[in-house]
Amino acid sequence: MTKNEIYTKMSEAIVAGDRQAARALAEEAVRSGFDLLEVVEQGYVPGIQRVGALWEQGEYFLPELITSAEAMKSAMAVLNPELNRREGVNRAGARVVIGTVEGDIHDIGKNLVASMLQAGGFEVTDLGVDVKLERFIEAAAAAGAGLICLSALLTTTMTNQRRFLELLKERGLRDKYKVLVGGAPASRKWAEEIGADGFAENAVAAVKAAKALAGLA
Amino acid sequence: MFEAKRPKLELLEKAFVERIVDEGLTLLENPGVLVENPEALRLLAEGGAAVDAGSQRARIGRGLVEKCLASTPSSVTLYDRRGEKAFVIGGDEVHFDPGSAAVNLLDHATQTERKASTADVVEFIKLVETLDHFHFQSTGLVPSDVPAGASDAVRLYLGLVLSEKPFITGTFRVEGFWAMKDLLAAVRGGEEALRRKPLAVFDACPSPPLKWSHLTAQSLMDAARAGLPSELISVGMTGATSPVTLAGTLVQHVAENLAGLVICQLAGPGAPVIFGGSPSSFDMRKGTTPLGAMEGMMIDAGAAQIAKFLKLPAHAYMGLSDAKVNDPQAGFETALGAVIGALAGVNVISGAGMLDFESTQCLEKLVIDDGICAMVYRLLGGIAQRDEPIALGVFEGFSPGMSFLAHPHTRRWYRQEHILPGLADRDTYEAWVAAGRTSIVDKAHTDVRRRLAAYAAPPLADAVRRDLDGIMAAYGRGSGLDGLPKA
Repeated sequence: MTKNEIYTKMSEAIVAGDRQAARALAEEAVRSGFDLLEVVEQGYVPGIQRVGALWEQGEYFLPELITSAEAMKSAMAVLNPELNRREGVNRAGARVVIGTVEGDIHDIGKNLVASMLQAGGFEVTDLGVDVKLERFIEAAAAAGAGLICLSALLTTTMTNQRRFLELLKERGLRDKYKVLVGGAPASRKWAEEIGADGFAENAVAAVKAAKALAGLA
Repeated sequence: MFEAKRPKLELLEKAFVERIVDEGLTLLENPGVLVENPEALRLLAEGGAAVDAGSQRARIGRGLVEKCLASTPSSVTLYDRRGEKAFVIGGDEVHFDPGSAAVNLLDHATQTERKASTADVVEFIKLVETLDHFHFQSTGLVPSDVPAGASDAVRLYLGLVLSEKPFITGTFRVEGFWAMKDLLAAVRGGEEALRRKPLAVFDACPSPPLKWSHLTAQSLMDAARAGLPSELISVGMTGATSPVTLAGTLVQHVAENLAGLVICQLAGPGAPVIFGGSPSSFDMRKGTTPLGAMEGMMIDAGAAQIAKFLKLPAHAYMGLSDAKVNDPQAGFETALGAVIGALAGVNVISGAGMLDFESTQCLEKLVIDDGICAMVYRLLGGIAQRDEPIALGVFEGFSPGMSFLAHPHTRRWYRQEHILPGLADRDTYEAWVAAGRTSIVDKAHTDVRRRLAAYAAPPLADAVRRDLDGIMAAYGRGSGLDGLPKA
């Protein structure tokens, strides 16, 4: 198999959401002494980009999106430590803290965004659901994250997204973090109204918005 | 592993079916049926019926009916224009097609009915070609801008040029059949080939109560001789042209359809016949003939059960509405009819796109109804066991925070187990508002335009096209039509 054929297989494993194949191909690349940066950029990234495109074309739905993201994560779990060891560089991408705001226990959308962000190369700290607003700030400081993502499914809990931005201002931390809001009742208009840095209507859009905010787009 | 069970609806006890059929047979003996066609009367007399030429009444004995039932095939297979894809009309197969021969089109921009033009017929055929859940086309619109004498063949000509699906059609005058048969034979490359692989069904309605007109009896004989399927469409209107009781109308339904079947079999033994109907629940205040009434649908379901008892394919005019615009009534009457017809095992369900007592077609409604048919097919697919064990494997390694969304099992099965929502709105309220508060009718209109823009004519051999043009031109000249209708 040529290198390009292997890269094609890696991409296909991601598009097919095949966790086992994605991981096995990554392990093979490590064993064979491949340039792992090239493996990521030419093998796996085109796969997850294709998944995003298929989603936007209406071909892929949530199950494809999430299983493909999981496949990407399983490959990166093999590649990232090796990359760090070999290259002696910390290849961790931009860091993100994500969670569903306090009072709200809905996590399907939040999990999807977290997975897609990870698959998109972000280092994600997922705080789970019903997260106290202060927790977001503490976790972001601890992880050295520059981006905080707030999810809310309910109109009643969505107001906590506004409260969070007020909290950042009170603490004088507003300029330190970029804030992305999402969830069923959220909208671009809402994000503007509360002074958030961005809004995403779905997980694919969230990755794009996060990359733009992190200066990676 | 458990297979999916085909869900079924049966409204009649078996003994009740037998009683209805028995009374229908008695009606055929006495008073018999009126047949306003001398040739059909002659065939009936030769076949052993007691015919009074003066009153045009034929009394048909049970022996003759039974003999004719025995020679009628229990299923019909239609083939698409290429002669490749086969559609079995029989058993519990269900095929939807648009309601036929509407004279009006509901115009989206004005939301009013207007006479249909040739250009509308072309759009109608193209649109139906793109809608997957309609297995058949129907000559669904009557163009008002061609001479009435040519309009039956014009519809079929345009359809055969623009579509590959089989057709449900019918004649408006006796001569129409010959042109239409020639058009069909031209596609197949001859009458024998057409007989082997029928491309169209000819609808013929008795005139209630208990009468076959000259035109419709002729259509039955002509189609039978060509080996083409006839769809017998009894159209009792409860309490007006048929008994007010549902079972009483079914008795008349049986007598009328079986008289038609006998004429078919005497003209062409073994000719395919579909036991169909378009009964309506006559409205006792307005004097109208609604097809969206529950009672009409119940008669249809009962008639399908009777067809199965007689080992005949079944048809019904269902899945349509009497509403004048695409309002909730249009949706619920259509959906109820489609579901009930499919559960009852009606093999050909005609009606999609129709409004206003079978008089009006609507492009937007066709798209919406295609989505209803998709849901109905899903229902017929039933609940199957996909895995062994059913779900225990999915719960292996189960943790409380687990979401099935990320489980490979979900990706493996969701597309087989669930259908896409089509035009149905499943946005959150906020997303719906953000998208402009669009109604399903607006979405349907956008979809109609998108589909028409994307339509590509399925390839047709030049020689066949020339033959179709030649036949149409010749028939058109005889009916006052100048030149060919523009496809």
